[in-house]
Parts: sequence; structure tokens; C-alpha cells
Amino acid sequence: MHNVDYEKQPGMENFHPSLVKGPVGINMNYMGEADVFGPEAKISARKVNFYYGAKRALNNINISFSPRRVTAIIGPSGCGKSTFIRLINRMHELVPGTRFEGEILIDGLDILSPACDAAELRKRVGMVFQKPNPFPKTVFENVAYGLEVNGVTDKHLIEEKVVDSLKKAALWGEIKDRLKDSALGLSGGQQQRLCIARCLAVSPEVILFDEPCASLDPISTAKIEELILTLKKEYTIVIVTHNMQQAARVSDNTAFFLMGDLIETGRTDRIFKAPRDKRTEDYITGRFG
Amino acid sequence: MLRHFDEELQQLKNDILKMGALAQEAIINSVDALKNRDKAAAKKVIDSDIEMDKLELAIDDKCLDLIALHQPMAKDLRFIATAIKMNAELERIGDLAVDVAQRALAISDKPLLKPLVDIPILAEVAKRMVAGAIESFIKGDTELAKKVVLSDPEADTLKRSVEKELIYDYMMKDGSTADRAVPLLLAARHLERVCDHAVSMAENIIYMVDAKVVRHHPEELK
Repeated sequence: MHNVDYEKQPGMENFHPSLVKGPVGINMNYMGEADVFGPEAKISARKVNFYYGAKRALNNINISFSPRRVTAIIGPSGCGKSTFIRLINRMHELVPGTRFEGEILIDGLDILSPACDAAELRKRVGMVFQKPNPFPKTVFENVAYGLEVNGVTDKHLIEEKVVDSLKKAALWGEIKDRLKDSALGLSGGQQQRLCIARCLAVSPEVILFDEPCASLDPISTAKIEELILTLKKEYTIVIVTHNMQQAARVSDNTAFFLMGDLIETGRTDRIFKAPRDKRTEDYITGRFG
Repeated sequence: MLRHFDEELQQLKNDILKMGALAQEAIINSVDALKNRDKAAAKKVIDSDIEMDKLELAIDDKCLDLIALHQPMAKDLRFIATAIKMNAELERIGDLAVDVAQRALAISDKPLLKPLVDIPILAEVAKRMVAGAIESFIKGDTELAKKVVLSDPEADTLKRSVEKELIYDYMMKDGSTADRAVPLLLAARHLERVCDHAVSMAENIIYMVDAKVVRHHPEELK
């Protein structure tokens, strides 16, 4: 990494202006694009390799994520996109026989280092999965759960946080009278927003979405997408999606993964109108393979 | 395996090609009508415009269908966006050919003011530029598209030459020539506008192929 005049670097137009306000460290790597590892990147992955046993699933990934922006990760099944975002809150530790190389920095702290506490990390980095996974508890208990396991005992504070999180997740109006009902009785779209509220309750800085609308109807999908666009004002968001139109609608930046490699990254409008790499073009135009 | 979507894109390309052929034919026929003061030929150009109008609507409809049903991205999106713009430009060229034909009708019963020299040359330039734009669209040939864009000053010079001659050598010297000079003046103006539409098509083709915006950025052509 070296300090350079950022304005003169090729590829800098791919990064949101928030990333190019002042001189920052830039590491020129794949495809001649510039990655910004400066103080303005919320998350920076550097030379990340990941293995399931002997199988290498990620190859030398270098990418950064802008604060209060949505970055979409796209790519065919098995390209490593979910593996990569699961590293960001150390979900990989739940899979035996895996190992990694490289580092992922959040605000400059290497979150893959053993010195970083995984439980603390997961408070900062929330995750929403493909299938809504509410606990078999009431709506209120679901949202309050994260606070309680983190030792919050003040009932007023918990209540305040639950209401606030449900409002932020655009769910309050629909279920304010059903707080004591089982979460399992909610519709799929409501369950997914409940999971987002549960995630918001512990005040994360980063939210990872792993195909959050894959099991939802178009109306619920639209609500989640609206929510993502609202949440990005406060949170750094990374979303994995197979739905290219969704990536185009909700994200500011897009990264394309293929067979464990990061092929191309840049502003979403540029990626979807004029990708630079033929593999990206083939994928997004449906001519892949 | 050729996908259904690719077949539809090819069909759209063929439709644009047909629109281009109709536009070129209309220009040739309208200028011939002007040169020969041929009323029948002029009326034929005016009548044939309806075919271009119908095709324009059909192409527009097809483009919207492709966007709505396939949500195209990247080069497919740029291709369809360019097809929409070219469709409008070609339809406008058809209208300009009709305008030239109407000027031909206006002078058809009067003796020709002077032998036409620059207007047929301007018509040739217009034909060449439109043909170049169509060919560059079909082949995705940006070098050819650039040549079309760079031909525009030639058309402007010819139009100015026609204006200068008709205004200073005829109308200012003898006001009674105006009724035969003005239609020629307007015909030159219509043909120069045809060239402008060819330039606009060529600029859009460069964007379609290279994703490079050269409209309002002439420096990008270098």
C-alpha cells in the first residue's frame, strides 16, 4: 500500500465520491481497478483466501465497502459470495475443516484475528439470511432476545429498543397489536422484517443480507428493498443476491464473483450498463457458460 | 444454442435495417423528384411515409416488450436503447424526405431557377451518412460511426453554400425568384438536418458498442 494522488488513479470513477474526498492509501490490484483501503472504507478485505478442507473457495479477494452504502455481491452459485460475507461476521467458524488467509478490517480492526471477540463482532455485524428464521417466541421476545443475551436488564430500555427496531424495520404499523403473538404466525415477509428488527436491536454498524428476498413474494420483496434503501443512511450494508434487478435497484456498488475470484467491482450503474470484463457481461446478460 | 432473446434482438436489428432502407429510399426519391420536378415521384414519397410511421410504432413496441419482459443489462440494454433512438431518428429522416418532396411539389410547375449543383451533392452526403450509420449499427463498427460524425462539417458547408448562392445571387438581386428559391433553400436545410440525424445515430452507436458517450464530447472522438 502506498499513498498516491487518488484523482489520477484509473478506475477511481468506480468509487462513490464518499471514498475519494481526500488522499487515501490505494492498492492497485486486479483488473487495474483501484481498491480504497483508506480511513473512509468501513470494511476492507485484503488478500483473503478461504478453504473448505483442501478446496479453495476464495482466491486472493481484495475489496472494500463504503460506509453507509449498499454493496451487492453477485455471481453464480458456488462462486464464493456467501462464503465471503459469512467471513465478515465469522460465521465460517461454525463450519468445521475450514481455514482462511488474509485479513478483513472493520474500521481498521482485523476481525479475523483471534484477538477479536466473535460475540462482540456479531453485535457490530448483523446478518439476515435467505430464509426468515424467527425464534419460536413472541414478536417482542424475538426482538428483545439480542439485548437480553447481551445483559441488558432495564425493561424500559428493552421496550424502547424493541419499538424503535420494529419501526426501523417498517414493521411496527403492522404488528404493534401483536407483540405477544408468536412470531411464527407472521407472514414470510413480516418474519423477514422481524429478523431485520432483531438484528437492528443490538445496534450494529454493518448488516449482511444473504439473499434476503429469495423466499418472498414481490410485495414483501419490495418492502425489504425499500427498507434496505432506508437503512443505508445509518448502516453499511452488504447484500448477496441472485436477482440482478434487485442488485441494480438497491445497491450503490456491485462486486461480481466467479469461481472464488473477484472479477470486477465498481459503481452499480456502471457495472450494469457497461461492465469492463467479458465474464461480468456474460453473466449479467445471461450468456454465462 | 441461440436463445429466444437473441432471436428477438436479431429481429429488432432486422427491423431497424428495414427502417434504414426505407429512410434511404425516401431521401433518394425525394431528391430525384426535386431534381426532375417529378410530381408523381414526390407524391409517392409522401404516401410511403405511412409505412415508416407504422414500422416506427412496431419497433417502439418491440423495444418496450424486450425491456419489460427481459430486463436487459449491459450490451443488450445499450443495444435496445440505441435501437429506440435510431428508430426515432430514422422516422424523422423519413419526415424530412417528405418535406423535400413537398418542396419538389412546390416548384414542379415552375421553371427551375438554376441547374441544381450543391443540393444533389448534399443529398449524396446525406445518403452516404445515413448508410454509414446503418452499416455501423449492423456491424458494430465504431470507426465507421466516427467517420459519419466527422462528415457533418461537409454537410454544413454545402448547406451554407446553397443558402449563400440562393440568397445573394438570386433573391437579393431579384425578389421575384423567391417563390422558386425558398423551396430549394428549405430543401437544403432538410437535407442538412438528415445529416444531423445520421450524426446522432452514429454517436449513439459508439455508445452502444464502446459504452463511450461522445455526444456533446467531440474530444472523445480523437
